[in-house]
Formats: sequence, structure tokens, C-alpha cells
Amino acid sequence: MFEILEKEMLTPAICRMKVRAPRLAAAAKPGQFLIVRADEKGERIPLTISDYDASEGTVVIVTQKIGASSSDIIAFEVGESFADVVGPLGNPSDFVEMSPDELSRQRYILIAGGVGTAPVYPQAKWLKEHGVPVDVIIGAKTKDLIIYEDEMRSACDNLFICTDDGSYGFKGMGTNMLEHVVSEGHSYTQAVIIGPMIMMKFTTLTCRKLGIPAIVSLNTLMVDGTGMCGACRVSVGGKTRFACVEGPEFDGYEVDFDEAMRRQGQYRAEEALANENHVCKIGRG
Amino acid sequence: MANRIPRVAVREQDPKVRARNFEEVCYGYNKEEAMLEASRCLHCKNPRCVTACPVSIQIPEFIAKVCEGDIAGAASVIALDSSLPAVCGRVCPQETQCEGSCVLGVKGEPVAIGKLERFVADSMRESAEEAPAAVPPAGAAKVAIVGSGPAGLACASDLAKLGYDVTIFEALHKAGGVLEYGIPEFRLPKEKVLRHEIDQVRRLGVKIETNVIIGKTVTIDSLMDNEGFKAVFIGSGAGLPKFMNIPGENLCGVFSANEFLTRSNLMKAWREDYLTPIRAGKKVCVVGGGNVAMDAARTALRLGAEVHIVYRRTEAELPARREEVHHAVEEGIIFDMLTNPVEVLGDEKGWVRALKCIRMELGEPDESGRRSPVPIPGSEFEIETETVIMALGTSPNPLISKTTAGLEVNRRGGLVADADGATTRPGVFAGGDAVTGAATVILAMGAGRTAARAIDAYLKGLQ
Repeated sequence: MFEILEKEMLTPAICRMKVRAPRLAAAAKPGQFLIVRADEKGERIPLTISDYDASEGTVVIVTQKIGASSSDIIAFEVGESFADVVGPLGNPSDFVEMSPDELSRQRYILIAGGVGTAPVYPQAKWLKEHGVPVDVIIGAKTKDLIIYEDEMRSACDNLFICTDDGSYGFKGMGTNMLEHVVSEGHSYTQAVIIGPMIMMKFTTLTCRKLGIPAIVSLNTLMVDGTGMCGACRVSVGGKTRFACVEGPEFDGYEVDFDEAMRRQGQYRAEEALANENHVCKIGRG
Repeated sequence: MANRIPRVAVREQDPKVRARNFEEVCYGYNKEEAMLEASRCLHCKNPRCVTACPVSIQIPEFIAKVCEGDIAGAASVIALDSSLPAVCGRVCPQETQCEGSCVLGVKGEPVAIGKLERFVADSMRESAEEAPAAVPPAGAAKVAIVGSGPAGLACASDLAKLGYDVTIFEALHKAGGVLEYGIPEFRLPKEKVLRHEIDQVRRLGVKIETNVIIGKTVTIDSLMDNEGFKAVFIGSGAGLPKFMNIPGENLCGVFSANEFLTRSNLMKAWREDYLTPIRAGKKVCVVGGGNVAMDAARTALRLGAEVHIVYRRTEAELPARREEVHHAVEEGIIFDMLTNPVEVLGDEKGWVRALKCIRMELGEPDESGRRSPVPIPGSEFEIETETVIMALGTSPNPLISKTTAGLEVNRRGGLVADADGATTRPGVFAGGDAVTGAATVILAMGAGRTAARAIDAYLKGLQ
């Protein structure tokens, strides 16, 4: 049922796939995610929805090869099907629920780090379609890791690109880029930051310094994604929240990022072992 | 006469051996044992066991068939009232229901009704011929069932038998609800027993669509307005884990029992060939005293840990099935009674180091009739541990109530429903843990059956 219709390697480690999932595609909104289980023995892997088309009945997912399970997802080819794709999970972004009047007062800056660019795309697209001013910063280590550049350019007013090594665009991190953009006179009512946990932590700090409210999208551990397991617990404003049903977007100022990073790494030892075994099994070791 | 035969003991895996594997603990009766045990039934004129059974299985009738060696006949009697006999024979709290009401239990041991039910179901499965799936009659009214756990399966079975076109929507990738994600393999074998009983429900003509989260993927309004469902039964269970709200609960190494059991049961993390990780560590403290606590403790034991059950009352108040407590003790689970956690202590890397607890004593009985535990001032102490599993119960998931207009919930988050399962919205019925909060498999099945009758009446009234 969940057939892969298109597959494209955006970088050697980042893969974009269009998958048939009609019910999910009809319900998806910006900010939400889905869960893929590649095959019978696979994990349930939460992935952000980077595009959806209700009339076509398809969703687009972007996966970065990190461990055994993400490698399995990427190993699928066009014409094959995943065992399970379920969603949309989590709440849509705040702006989806805003009145036209509220929206008319907003100026968004979306800040994407690495593979986090994929989920930023539907947000930018939605805002642009609704006439809300929206700028985007894409940050990556180096030029080869920049994804979604052309798509994003058509989905926002100003696209700013930065690389840590200066191989493309501005030289520096997303935080430096943001300070630069603001120093040049751009101003924003709201930032949305999506990327690795550490990048969201420091970009939130920069936003605070610049006085821009910051929303972050937390990619925590999850099993079911419907509120059942509690693996996704995060402390927000001193209170325990479930990222799957109460998030995934939270006020970045309130998130305990250090705890979130520790919790994200809870199965690192087990995963390292799985990777070793996994690689050996299919003869890439 | 007949009642002088002692209750026939059931064969089980040796506790030392089973503490290190996930094979089923109890082997069940063979035919001779079952017939001997069945011969103990007095066939009471007013059988109290039937009244005590939430789905009213005609217990003396099926036992009479077992007595005669007519196992297929016994199965037909059970099938009138239960679609999950192999499950219920294994997981029902018989001691507080059928067996708890058995006259023989007054002076001696009650008839082993649960073990007999299991024997009948297992025998039929082993000799089963694959019957083709029934197809609902043309023009049958469509009914949607939310959740494929015990409530949903029972409701769906009864409605399919009544000729309705029934579709179950399941949020996870496998059908079964708590039977799949919650109850471990060593109590309820998944492929052998559970899959078979769910396939039997499918053979009645029930369709099961997995990976559909009602309230997210599609709403109840859309099912009724756009997909032609005339009635809906919500049996979505009580899935949200409770925590204690004590300091340190978000340290690495603190899990809900739901997470721990879902990893092991649904995701099969205990098997090397499945990718989902699970972590028990060398020592585990499970907080709580219900069936879920026992299941989590015994799973952690099988993963190689030393396991403590930390419970604030005494063994007499443990809400778990007696058999589970007995099995847990036999397997070497350590029970730290009259002990209540006050804080989870961590190391410098943010991992659990110890569970800080306080000693308790029993005070006056509370509204549940159980004596409430009271902390003894100054008695705090630490239990060193790597892992803490919170098994404190669950509450209903708000996904459906939040996304369906006209559905009222009570202050505990349960859906408001009358005795027949009718909610505050016409055509929408509910039952099981989604209404009552966490209870048992069989009570959920009973609620599912009751709602099926009410849905039938409602749909006939529409014509």
C-alpha cells in the first residue's frame, strides 16, 4: 500500500522519497510528522512530512542516513512499498490556526539546519501561499549538504544560505547568519527553528538575544507517536510534555535542551551495536 | 463425590528456566486433565459463575461438553458469547469473576474455568480448518470500530454476526491493542494464539485497517459524513501513561511501563533480529503493583536484570492477578512492599543512579476499601538501580474527544457513555478503558458486546 513513487538522493546521505499514503496526505498540515516502519523487523521511525498532495494521495519524506533503521528506509527503491506509514502526528504549526487578521501582523524567519530544511519547506510554502512575509535561512556544514535550495527559493521572500566552511553563501553558522540578516535591517515577529537539537539550542539563544520569539520542532525518541509510550518526554517551562501529542513544536525559550539532548541519546550504545551488526550482515563492513 | 477430586494442577515451565526465556509460562491442560477437571463441576441450577462473567459465557454447558469429551461442542457454546477464548482463558482475573463465584471455592478450590476455556480454544485452534471469510450481505449498514483491542474486537464480532458491514480502524501497525502491545509473549503468545483469534474475527467478515489514527488520519465526523458509516464504536483504550510527578522522572533510564512493554511486545525488541532497542540494565525497579507492573518486571527479568517491585501497600493489596504475582515470586522478582518513591536520583551524565524511597504503613481504609498507605516520617532510603519503570496506570487518550464535536468527557478524561455505551453524540458509542479508565480485557469485551446490541437497536430504529 505505501508504495514509493519517486526517489532521489539529495546528497550521498540524504534521500527524498514520494510515498503513496492517501489518508495521510489528505489530513497532513505543516508542522506535523509521520512514522515509517520499513519492514516487519524495522523500528517505527518518526520523520517530518516535507510535502503532501491530497489530490495525488502522496507525501514526501526526507531521510538522513544515521543508523541501521534509516539506512533500511533509504535502501527501498521505486516500486517497492514500506510495511507501514502512519500519520499525520503531532499538532500543526501555530500559524495554521491563526485568523487572517493575526496572520497579517506576522513576519516570519524560518531557520533550517541540515536535513531540517525539509520540514521547513511546507511551512514556508504555506506562509507564502497565505501572503505572510517569510524569509528562510538554510545552514549546513558545507555546500554539498545544502538541500531544497531551488524549492525554498520559490517558497519564500528572501533565502539566506550559510555554510560553516564558507564553501557556499555566507560563511558561518545559522546563528551568525541570523545576526547578520537582522543587522542589515530585516525584522521579524516570529522565528521557527528546525534542525539538530544542538543547533536549535544555540539558535534559540541568538533569537532571545535579538528579542525574536522562537518556536522549535523537537525530534525526540518515540515508539508509537500517539501519546502511549512517553519516550518523547521533554521539559518545557519546568513541566513534562509529550512531544508527540503536545508538540512537536514548542516555545524554544522554555525548552530544556540539555535534558532533551541527553534523552535523545538514550539508546546510543544499543544503536551503535545494531549498526555494527547491520553493516556486517549486508556485507558493507 | 465429584467434588472430592482435587483441582487438577496445570503444568508450567520450570521457574528457573522460564526466567530466561519468553516462551509461554503455562502449558495448559491435555484432554485427560481437562476432562478430569471438568468432572468437578457441580452444574449448579443457578450458576453464579455465569453471572460473574462479564460476557456471560454459558460455563456449566461448555464444561459439560468437555466432560463428555466433545471439545468442538464446548467451543460452540463458548463462541456464542466470546470471540477471544484463548486470550481470556489466559488473561482474565478468574479469581475475582467466574472462579471467584464457584460454589466449590467456598470450602475448597473452585473449578479451573479459565484453564478449561483455554484448553477448549487451544484444541480447536490446533485442529482448525481454515474457513473462508464471511462477506457482509449486500446493502448492510456500515459500522466503524475505533481500536482493535478487546472492546473493539468483541463489538465487531457481534455486529458482524448480526450482518453489519464492520471496519475496525487501528492506530498501530498490528491489530490487538493492549493484547499486542501490552501483554507479554510469555503470557499470551502473539503468533500462535492472538493472531489466530484475530483471524477468526476477520473470518466473520470484519475488515481491519491498520495505521489509521482516528482523530488524526481521519476524524469520526469524516467517517460518518464522507465514508458512509452509520454508527461508530469507540474502543480506543486508555493509552496515556501516568507518572508520579516526582523529581528526576525525566532522567535517562526512567521509562513508562507502556514504553518498555511496547518495545518488547509490539516491536519485539527482545528478539535479536528486530531493530528496536530496549534497555533493562543490571538492576530494575518497577513502581506499581498491577498486572502491568508484573508484566514489566518479568520482561526485565527475562532481559537479564535483577528486578524489584516497589509498591506502597502490602502484598495483600496488590491489584495484579494472583497467578501473575505467584509466577513473579517463583521467578525471583523481589518485592519491596510498603515502599514509595519520592525522587529518582541521577549521576553526572543524567542517568538513573538510585531510587529514593520512603517507608510506608497502612492507615485507615480509603473509598476503595483498601487501607491507604501513610509515609513514615524520616524513613527515606535509597535503592541503587540503573532503570526505573513506572507502572502506575493509564488514562484515556484525548485524541478522539478533542477532534469530535459533541463528545463529552468526564473529569478523568473518560468518554461519557450510558449503560449501553451510548455517548452524548447520536450514533457514536463507546466502551472499555476509553470510558472507564484502565480496567481488564474481559470488562472491555463485555462493554463491546453491550454496545453492539445498542448499535443494532439504534440502526434498526433509523430505518
